[in-house]
Amino acid sequence: MTWVNLVIQGILLGGLYALFASGLSLIFGVMRLVNLAHGDLSNVAAFLALLVVDGLGWNPFLSLVIVLPVMFGIGYLLQRYVLNRTLERGPMPPLLVTFGLAVVIQNLLLEAFSADSQGLDAGHIEDTAITISSRLAVGWLPLLTMGVAVAVIGGLQLFLARTQWGRGFRATSDNQRAAQLVGINNKRLYGFAMALALVTAGIAGVFIGIRTTFTPDAGSLRLIFAYEAVIIGGLGSLWGTLAGGIVLGVAQTLGSRVDPGFGVLAGHLVFLAILALRPQGLFAKQVDE
Amino acid sequence: MSESRFKVVRSNRRNRIALAIAGLVVVAFASVPLWAQPSFQRTLTTYLCLLALAQMWNLLAGYGGLLSVGQQAYIGLGAYGLWVFTDGLGLNPFLAVPLAGLAAALIALPTSVLAFRLRGGYFAIGTWVIAEAYRLIVTNIGWVGGGSGTTVTGASHVKMATRIPATYLMALGVAVGSVLLVYLLLRSRLGLALTAVRDNETGAESLGVDVARAKRYVYLISAFGCGLAGAVTYLNLLRIQPNAAFSVQWTALMIFIVVIGGVGSIEGPIIGTVVFLALQELLSDYGSWYLVLLGAVAMVITIWNPRGIWGLITSRRPLDLFPLRRYLSVVDVTASEASEPKGSVGRSE
Repeated sequence: MTWVNLVIQGILLGGLYALFASGLSLIFGVMRLVNLAHGDLSNVAAFLALLVVDGLGWNPFLSLVIVLPVMFGIGYLLQRYVLNRTLERGPMPPLLVTFGLAVVIQNLLLEAFSADSQGLDAGHIEDTAITISSRLAVGWLPLLTMGVAVAVIGGLQLFLARTQWGRGFRATSDNQRAAQLVGINNKRLYGFAMALALVTAGIAGVFIGIRTTFTPDAGSLRLIFAYEAVIIGGLGSLWGTLAGGIVLGVAQTLGSRVDPGFGVLAGHLVFLAILALRPQGLFAKQVDE
Repeated sequence: MSESRFKVVRSNRRNRIALAIAGLVVVAFASVPLWAQPSFQRTLTTYLCLLALAQMWNLLAGYGGLLSVGQQAYIGLGAYGLWVFTDGLGLNPFLAVPLAGLAAALIALPTSVLAFRLRGGYFAIGTWVIAEAYRLIVTNIGWVGGGSGTTVTGASHVKMATRIPATYLMALGVAVGSVLLVYLLLRSRLGLALTAVRDNETGAESLGVDVARAKRYVYLISAFGCGLAGAVTYLNLLRIQPNAAFSVQWTALMIFIVVIGGVGSIEGPIIGTVVFLALQELLSDYGSWYLVLLGAVAMVITIWNPRGIWGLITSRRPLDLFPLRRYLSVVDVTASEASEPKGSVGRSE
């Protein structure tokens, strides 16, 4: 039963990773940009929530009402006025700029909030669980996180499949110049895509802040986990990213059971094994060119 | 009409003067142990190692097009290689440094097979994950001290009066060596292949350049250089901790130094290291603000001035301290005084 319990915890942890990864996946799909500051931007959301919780005394879940619009704005402005300027010059400039941004964010957070760990207190939900048997209990918070991850990914899929903007995203993804020819303003569209990606990163950042503590340098590891979920799942498939997150979550939980210091490494090793044996990922749709 | 002949020229009088000055600078640096305090030598050792690291990152990304965020893997492996060869196997610490570099290159070979399955941005994070995996593996090995790290005791037994100047001179050797290595490499056949790959990968491949092999060589050489610089850095520090030795901050510094100085030039990393040194010493009382500033400057430079400070200097007039370009010089038979490459036709970088 312990193992069943562990696997369930791992699957639910995977939901959180998928939530981080969906934004990364979306951005890569639409404009072939790998945002090295994705994890740190989600960390910004957690610290914003901390300010709202401390300042207004709100519940962290309620703080999303303020945090998410701010993340949307940051995403749009960042893309329109910074990243769009780098996109025409090959893969190197956007990587350098987002890497620089990651370091700037980390150290600004460090100066503003010190290196102490912070936490978001959401009250009861954090320690209540559904008890299935004496050895098997599922926490409400991980369950809620998984539900939100499924809802976000499902929502993104619907958005891409059904809406005018979603069609624009897919068209630009297939052929940027042709999309421009038929009247798509790709600069605005990229801004909108980054805004959406940072909203998902913001949700993920606040949820992880409720689940566990966070520090100014927590963003790097989140980027790595999100990226591992994307690669394990296969590029270009959002549901694949969810599956990749789950594989990563299960690997880490089982790894920590073997030895507490082995959890994260077990995740890396599964990622490297996938890279060696099935580099296109488990559910690849898109070829990275 | 006079008859014209053509001659391929690589260096001119300005290059030769620059080379002589560079030689004098190296001699000046080599004299430091004769007159400077040990603490000054140790500080300078840090910056010389950073220069070597920056040259290696520039070779990898600026010339090889391989944007790695995971070079800290080889710094860490070089550091632990130093410990294994001195304390584990009982060798002389100064002999252990080159062996540590070779060990890093050896480990880079199988690593490159995995990393090269990824491209562009995903290659970047992939190398980072690999570095993290190495960090965690080392953390799990009790023999090398696990998570709390270890001390290079074999080197701390060497007398201070010998160890610090010797380490400094090794760092100088690694720094000058890295510049020379990149320079000679770029003038070789591989260098020609690399510049072709940098300018147009598909085009180079269609002309018969073995792109994959060229990139693999660059990756291995860079791992060797980072391993050497890592070993010398920790011969200077003596205390090795996995979280510090395998920290992504190393790569962040390499990237900022190269971007600020100028990507894709040998001069760039040198200028970048000097700028970094100045910034770090000026802002040493302000915590991590120097990193905020460095990151912001690197972003601004990437967006508005992608060729860095060296690009700004050379935008007015072409200047190469390290002549890599080939000039086609017109040697006029009737007026044979035209020996300097004036009318450079078809300048190729």
